[in-house]
Amino acid sequence: MSTTLLPTNEPTREPESRSLLPETRPLPGWMPWALAVAAVGLSVLLLLALGSLNLPLAVVVSVPIFAALVGLASARLEGTRRAKDRIVTVVVYTCFALAILPLLSVLITTIQRGASHLTPYFLTHSQRGIGPRDEGGGIYHGIIGTFEQVGIAALIAVPIGLLVAVYLVEYGRGALARAVTFFVDVMTGVPSIVAGLFVYTAILLGFGTTPKGVWGGLALSILMLPVVVRSTEEMLKLVPNDLREASLALGVPKWKTIVSIVMPTAIGGIVTGVMLSVARVIGETAPLVLTVGATDSINFNAFDGPQASLPLIIYDQAFRSSPYAQDRAWATALTLILLVLILNLVARGIARWKAPKAR
Amino acid sequence: MAKRIDVSGLNVYYGSFRAVEDVNMTIEPRSVTAFIGPSGCGKSTFLRTLNRMHEVIPGARVEGKVTIDGEDLYGQNVDPVAVRRTVGMVFQRPNPFPTMSIYDNVAAGLRLNGVKKKSQLDGIVETSLKGANLWNEVKDRLDRPGAGLSGGQQQRLCIARAIAVEPEVLLMDEPCSALDPISTLAIEDQIAALKEQYTIVIVTHNMQQAARVSDTTAFFNIAGSGKPGKLIEMAPTPKMFSTPSEKATEDYISGRFG
Amino acid sequence: MATTPPDLDKPSTQLGTTRSASGVRLGDRIFRGSSMGAGIFVLVVMAAIGTFLLIRAIPSLTSNESNVLTTQNFDPDNNDWGIAALAYGTLVSSIIALILAVPVAIGIALFISHYAPRRLAVILAYVVDLLAAVPSVIFGLWGLRFLSEHILPIERWINDWFGWIPVFGGSVNSASSLFTAGVVLAIMILPIIAAVCREVFLQVPRAHEEAALALGATRWEMIRTAVLPFGRPGIISATMLGLGRALGETIAIALILSPSYAINASVLEIGGSTFAANIALRFGEIAETGRSALIASGLVLFLITLLVNMGARAVIARRKEFSGASA
Repeated sequence: MSTTLLPTNEPTREPESRSLLPETRPLPGWMPWALAVAAVGLSVLLLLALGSLNLPLAVVVSVPIFAALVGLASARLEGTRRAKDRIVTVVVYTCFALAILPLLSVLITTIQRGASHLTPYFLTHSQRGIGPRDEGGGIYHGIIGTFEQVGIAALIAVPIGLLVAVYLVEYGRGALARAVTFFVDVMTGVPSIVAGLFVYTAILLGFGTTPKGVWGGLALSILMLPVVVRSTEEMLKLVPNDLREASLALGVPKWKTIVSIVMPTAIGGIVTGVMLSVARVIGETAPLVLTVGATDSINFNAFDGPQASLPLIIYDQAFRSSPYAQDRAWATALTLILLVLILNLVARGIARWKAPKAR
Repeated sequence: MAKRIDVSGLNVYYGSFRAVEDVNMTIEPRSVTAFIGPSGCGKSTFLRTLNRMHEVIPGARVEGKVTIDGEDLYGQNVDPVAVRRTVGMVFQRPNPFPTMSIYDNVAAGLRLNGVKKKSQLDGIVETSLKGANLWNEVKDRLDRPGAGLSGGQQQRLCIARAIAVEPEVLLMDEPCSALDPISTLAIEDQIAALKEQYTIVIVTHNMQQAARVSDTTAFFNIAGSGKPGKLIEMAPTPKMFSTPSEKATEDYISGRFG
Repeated sequence: MATTPPDLDKPSTQLGTTRSASGVRLGDRIFRGSSMGAGIFVLVVMAAIGTFLLIRAIPSLTSNESNVLTTQNFDPDNNDWGIAALAYGTLVSSIIALILAVPVAIGIALFISHYAPRRLAVILAYVVDLLAAVPSVIFGLWGLRFLSEHILPIERWINDWFGWIPVFGGSVNSASSLFTAGVVLAIMILPIIAAVCREVFLQVPRAHEEAALALGATRWEMIRTAVLPFGRPGIISATMLGLGRALGETIAIALILSPSYAINASVLEIGGSTFAANIALRFGEIAETGRSALIASGLVLFLITLLVNMGARAVIARRKEFSGASA
C-alpha cells in the first residue's frame, strides 16, 4: 500500500483510508487515539498551571487542543487538505456533543432533584392550605387542569386542523390555498404569549369574563392548530393518488372517498402528528399565565373559576427560594417531562405500527 | 345490461392545451374495444373522459358529446358520481385499498354507496371474485389484507372491486402493463369472459394483446410533441391487423415507429 | 349476475337520478364548504390577533406621556413607559442565541446528514427532536436553578479577560444576565435550526456530491463546494425561524432574567428584559392601563415575529422554485 501507483479496488469514497499518491501517507489508525490522550494530558497540565482544574473545563479545553494536534499531525503526514478535513470532522462531532450535553443535563438534573419527591402522595394531593415555605402538598390539581385544558385545546384544534389539511391537499387551489398554506406556516411562529394575549383581549376583555381553564385551552388550541395542519397535510400527501382514483371510479363521492379511503390510509401518521402536537402544547406556560388564573385547589370544572396546571405550578414554585418549593418544582418538572416523553414514544410507536406496509 | 357508447366531436383540453382532437366513434355493447397508439397520443386521456375521471385532473375539460345508450354523459344535471357507477374503471397499477381486507376491498364500492346488509354483500363479493377468477385463490383468506396478494392477484382483485358495483361499461387503462406474462394471460382470459356481460374498453401498449382480446381496435396518433392526439382509424381487429386503411396505422402496427 | 340484485340508488337505465339541482352532491358541497371554511378560519384568526391586540393597545398609547419608542422605563400605570429597553433586551438575547446556536446547529445537521452512520443518524435525529420537546418552563427552571450557578464562573472568566470590550464589561456578580438568557435560548432554538438545515442538506442532489468526490475532493471539500452552497437559503431561513422562536420565548427568560428597564451595553451584568418575559412577569401585578401597555408591547412582538417568519418562509419558497428539489 505504501508505494503502489496502480489503481486499486479499494473504495476511494473514504479518502483518508487509502492514498493513491506515494508522497502522502495516511494517519495511522492508532494516531488519533494517541493524540486524544495527549490532548487530555496537555489540557490537564495547562489547567493545573493556571490553577483552575475541574472536569468540565478540562473537557472544554481538550477538544480544541485535540483538533489542533490532529490538524498538525495530519498536515505533516497527509497535507493541508486532509488536515482541514480532519479538523472539520472533529468540529462536527463536537457540535453534536454540544447538542446532547444540555439535553442530558436537563434530564439528569430533573431526575436527580425531582425523583425522590415524585411520590403517589405528590400525584394525588393538591397544594391547598400549604404555603410556599411548607413541606408537602402535591400536583393533583395541576394534573387535572393540564389534562382538561390540553383536552379542550385538542377538541378545538384537531377537527379544524384536519379540515384545513383536507382543504389544502384535496380541494385547495389558487390564491386562497396559497394564502392558507403561507399563514399556517406563519402561524407556527406566533409566540405563545401572543396567543395568550389574543385570548385575553378577545375573550376575557371582549366578553368581560374571568380566567377559566377553558380559555387556557382556547389559547393552547391556537398554538396547536398549525402543528396539526402541517403534520396531517404531510400525511395526506403521502396517500397515493391511485387510491383516490380507484375510489372515485367506483362511483364513490369525493367526500366519502376522503373520509373512508384517504383518511384511514393516513390515520397512523395523523394520530402521530396529533400526539406530537399535544406533547408540544402540554408544557406551554405563557398563554396560561394570562388566561386561566391561579389556584392551589382542585377544580374539576374548566368552565368555572381559575384552574391550576403543571407548567404554572413549575413556574410558580421555581421562583420561590424555599427548598420545599424547589423540590416541588423539580418533581413537577419530572412529571411533565415524563408525560411529554410518553406522548412522544407512543406517537412514534403508532407511526411505526401503522406505517403503510405495501406501497 | 351492457351499453353502447357514442362519441361525437370530442376535444379534451388541459388548460389551454388541446390534448385530444375531434374524436368520433361508436363502441358496441358486449364487445372489447382496444385503444392503441404511441405514448402521449391521448388514448388514456380520452378513456378517462368516458367516465368523467378526467375531471379529477386539475385543469382538464372536455368539449363535445358522449352518450351512453342515448343519454348524455355531460348533460347539465348529470352527476359524475352516478356516471362512474355506470362506467367502472381498472387502472394501470393495481391499487387495492391498503387498509382493507380482500373482502372489504371488493365490498368497498357497495358499502360506501350505502349497501350494508351482510348477506347481500357476501353474495356479491363471491360472485365478483368468481367473475374476476380470483375466488378459488382467496376464498379461505378473505379477511387478509388485499395488499398482501401478488401483483396479478391484486389486479384481479381490482377488477372484482370494479364489477361488484355492477357497472354497464368497464374501462381498463393498461391493466397488464405492471404485470408478468402469466398474470397478464390470466387477466386476458378474464376480459374474454367479462365481455359476455360488459362493454369493455381497454388501453394497451401491447399490440399482441390488442389483437388477442379485442373485437374492435382504435388507433390514436400524434403529429408531434405539443400537437393534439387524434383518432386515426377504427376497425374490426382482424382487419386492423391485416389490412389497415391508413399508412400510419400500418407503420405503427408493423413496428416502423412508435 | 348477482343472485340478489343490490338495491343501489341507481336504476340501471338512468344516469342522473341522484343528482342535485347543480349537479354536485350535497355531501360534497358540505364537506368542501366546511374544509374551505376551516382554511379561511386560519386567515381570520391571524387577522383577529392583530386587530384585537391593536384595539386594546390604543388606550395606553393615547394616555402615555412619554415617547413609546425611545423611553426605557416601563411604568404604564403612571403613564411613563416605552419599549426601548424591551426591544433592546429582546434583540440582544436573540442575537446571542443565534451566534451560539447557528454554527452548532449546522454542525449537528451535517453530522446527521453526512457524518453519522445511517442507523446512528436516525437515533440522533430523534434525540434532537426530544430536545425540541422539552417544555420551555423546564429550561427556565434548569437555567435558574442549575445553569446559572455553573455558568457564572465562565461569565466571570470572560469578564476578567475580555472586560475591556464594553459588551463583556461591568461587574459580574449574578448569572441573571442577557448572556445567560441567550445561552438558554440558544439551546432551545438549536433543534428547529438543526432540523431545517438537516432537511435541506439531505436534499442536496447526490450527483453534485458524487461529482465533487469524483474530482478527488475530501469530505469537507465536498461539503464546502456542493452541500453548503446548495443549502445556503435553507440555512438562512432556518436561522430566521430560530430567530422568530427566540424573540417570542417567554417563560424561560422570565425565570432567568432579573428584570430591569435600562439599556446596558454589557451583556454580562445583571438585568434586562424582553417583550415576552415582561408581559408574563408584569401581567399579574399591573392595573388596567398597564395591561393595555403590555398588550401594546405584545403587538410589537407579534408584528416583529410575523415579519421574521414571513421572511423565512419567503426564502424557503424561493429556493423551492429555483432548485425544484422538493416537490
